[in-house]
Amino acid sequence: MARMKFLCDAERCIECNGCVTACKNENEVPWGVNRRRVVTLNDGVVGAEKSISVACMHCSDAPCMAVCPVDCFYRTDDGVVLHDKDLCIGCGYCFYACPFGAPQFPQAGAFGLRGKMDKCTFCAGGPEPDRSAAEFQKYGRNRLSEGKLPACAEMCSTKALLGGDGDVIADIYRERVLRRGRGADLWGWSSAYGVKPGAQPPVQQPATSGKS
Amino acid sequence: MRFVLLAVIALGLTACGEKEQVVVYKQGKYQGKPDNRSWDNAPLPAEWRGGEWKQGDRESWEDSVKHRQLSQNEYKRIGQ
Repeated sequence: MARMKFLCDAERCIECNGCVTACKNENEVPWGVNRRRVVTLNDGVVGAEKSISVACMHCSDAPCMAVCPVDCFYRTDDGVVLHDKDLCIGCGYCFYACPFGAPQFPQAGAFGLRGKMDKCTFCAGGPEPDRSAAEFQKYGRNRLSEGKLPACAEMCSTKALLGGDGDVIADIYRERVLRRGRGADLWGWSSAYGVKPGAQPPVQQPATSGKS
Repeated sequence: MRFVLLAVIALGLTACGEKEQVVVYKQGKYQGKPDNRSWDNAPLPAEWRGGEWKQGDRESWEDSVKHRQLSQNEYKRIGQ
């Protein structure tokens, strides 16, 4: 049984934002809503810059599902977390619960009213007839029903962003790490919190001028 | 003095009987419309470059999608 996941290889991501553009284009995502975005750490620090592409991670134990007061979330048989926009009340609880900032809220009115939540669907549409106009309008393209993978992953020029069954993409990533002899340490506690010596780059001091 | 000491010990031990106040996670129940499954759809015509599977057959759909996933591995895809 497939469990659809994304994996972004920070060694390969070049911050081209091709995945963001592919997602926007494929799903005709409205202005102000970003289902996917590229996050760069240590921006501008030579040799220490790392970028990763982030969207809904389709958690196996999704906090958005747990906090939704109207229970509009569901998980498909492939492990994709989706929601019913007809049921969503746009309360924003899922946004606070999500550790990745995946839920997005389009501005529904002139006074900053929140619209119904929108998020990455793993290009799997939503609870409308597959490949229908209604599904496209509400949720975007349903590429999984066409036997395809999410547009962002398929579009990635450096193949930094992998999408698919967790086991399969983990194998692909493992092979890469073995070939290049490093990279597995990019993830985990020590790299995130700098426990390992040298894991964090030195903080760049602003240039000091003679003026006070 | 002895009474005070016993009272303090008894009061202190009451904390041991305290129940855990961790919220028990309760899985929400989906209330929305039912969704179709990917493999219940017919495959696209060949020129659309979708996968090929037998309609309604989950295994063949998964094989098709897996084949596509493996094409993300350029070590296998290029030069072989």
